[in-house]
Amino acid sequence: MDSSRTVAPGDLTCREFVELVTDYLENAMDQPTRDRFDAHLLDCPDCPVYLQQMKAIVGASGILREEDLSPEVRDALLSRFRAWHNGG
Amino acid sequence: MTGSTSGMLPSDVESAQIAALRRGEEDAFETLILRHHTSLVRLARVWVRDAPAAEEVAQETWMAVIQGIHTFEGRASLQSWIFGILANKAKRSGAREGRSQPFAAFRTDIDWGESREIGPEHFYPPGHEGSGHWTYPLADVESSPERHLLAEEAGGLILREIDALPVHYRSVLLLRDVHGFSSDEACAMLGISASNQRVLLHRARTRLRISLEPYLREGDTRVEQHG
Repeated sequence: MDSSRTVAPGDLTCREFVELVTDYLENAMDQPTRDRFDAHLLDCPDCPVYLQQMKAIVGASGILREEDLSPEVRDALLSRFRAWHNGG
Repeated sequence: MTGSTSGMLPSDVESAQIAALRRGEEDAFETLILRHHTSLVRLARVWVRDAPAAEEVAQETWMAVIQGIHTFEGRASLQSWIFGILANKAKRSGAREGRSQPFAAFRTDIDWGESREIGPEHFYPPGHEGSGHWTYPLADVESSPERHLLAEEAGGLILREIDALPVHYRSVLLLRDVHGFSSDEACAMLGISASNQRVLLHRARTRLRISLEPYLREGDTRVEQHG
């Protein structure tokens, strides 16, 4: 287990909130910090939007389509696969 | 998404895929390289000097996969095993090139105090009545980040911004968010601690958001700005 994050007691500011977003999404916060994080989410008009944006970016990163494999590389790799099986 | 695999559990699909590779079925290998080759080349760039060197490492990885599939024990997922081979080969290749290893400086824990990626100018300073709060509103009922980010043209934009991230940030973001590896898998491949991994992931996501901010706020452009 790696240590979860603790911040000083009291109300969170937006500046503190943004630095805790990854710990929140990674479930790596102690309960008092999580309570303060949740309280700030209810209080602040802006930080819920920030959290929503971060979640949206993580989600969009997970469905990225990278460049296609070039036909030349594909053919070269397939012929090496074939050669290995025919030879072995 | 072929008919033959519909209704099968992911592990069944993977077992079938491994069996097909062992039988030497070219279609199974082609599916694998179409899905992962470009990702492997992109990840290899974390350790090696240029695109041709990354391409070479990715191709060597496939040779190791072909040769090793018979003894692959399935303790990790097939994808995790392949990416792990790539990481090891890329590290060795980078070392042969005499490049300093990107994570050598991360043996000790990173100072949390340096992890702030969003500059103080975005927040009211101490002493101000709004101290620590945003100096501008993010809230906008019109905005829908999902809608903007899922638009067809957004993918290329996000990928370009990821490629522009510093190497440490990029590596963690690729493994965790783009390829969906667990924290443990990412730590093992990169040779870093869980807490360092989380710091890097945090910085990477925060920077990516900053670079995508104009795009996220595109919905605002129709709104008249005051002052």
